[in-house]
Amino acid sequence: MMDQFAGLYNYWIFIVLMMIGFYIVMAQHNLIKKVVGLNIFQVSVFIFYISMSKVEDGSAPIIAEGITVYSNPLPHVLILTAIVVGVATTALALALVVRIRDSYGSIEEDEIEAEERRREKHF
Amino acid sequence: MIFYALLTFMVVSALALLWLRNLFAVVMLSGSFSLNAAVLYVVMDAVDVAFTEAAVGAGIATVLMLGTLALTTSHEKADPGVSWPHLAVVVVVGAALIYGTLDMPRYGDPMAPIHQHVAPEYIERGPKQTGMPNVVTSILASYRGYDTLGEVTVVFTAAAGVLALIGRRRKKKNGVIKRTRSGERP
Repeated sequence: MMDQFAGLYNYWIFIVLMMIGFYIVMAQHNLIKKVVGLNIFQVSVFIFYISMSKVEDGSAPIIAEGITVYSNPLPHVLILTAIVVGVATTALALALVVRIRDSYGSIEEDEIEAEERRREKHF
Repeated sequence: MIFYALLTFMVVSALALLWLRNLFAVVMLSGSFSLNAAVLYVVMDAVDVAFTEAAVGAGIATVLMLGTLALTTSHEKADPGVSWPHLAVVVVVGAALIYGTLDMPRYGDPMAPIHQHVAPEYIERGPKQTGMPNVVTSILASYRGYDTLGEVTVVFTAAAGVLALIGRRRKKKNGVIKRTRSGERP
């Protein structure tokens, strides 16, 4: 029974992390916390890719004498790109949070919705 | 062993992020979460990714979030409590994904399909064709250089978006004042 599931623990942790991030994005009302939740979601996908590239007894993919087994370098390249893109989108999300706070005076989702309803009624 | 300890610790950090109410603590803990991920990448042989995560994920992202806290507020309002419908969605999606992992190749399996296609070619030919011993660098800058060009485009677009959103904060405010003075409805 245990042998059947050995080697799947990394995938399960990635799923648990992803679901924690997903829950924070859906259920928390604070916008900054939502951005942090999105980051957790992202990191879980990165771990998923990198853990797939690992080869048992392999080494980092830098060619050197005396080493014959290397881990797969392709997911590393994809995730390098994804990390930088992730920070760029995080910066954009945080700029939006700052603008929302300027316009609505709050970064709590329910307060922003209440303010939105109040304005709609007013005009 | 250290691999499993680090994975478990990441889950503990993520749960702590969920419980914490002080946003300053949330931001600092998310920085430590990223650093933890960087250590995990080293354990999984992805040294280049670990560098980037430590510098960009744990460094720049944390600074950006601290800047946002300075411009907004570092206190979260009352705890929204457990949201049962959302929790149910999360549990169902998580169970479906775990069911999906049952036919995945096991961790570290050298016969996994991902290791059979182009990766061995890159490892064999990369150093000869590009002259760089680091295969990740040769793929990033040479074989898949267009990906990196696309990445630069995304970063440029994001920077333009950030400037458009908060670069003109003062001007916007003046515009609103002017309009209300002349009697127009905003």
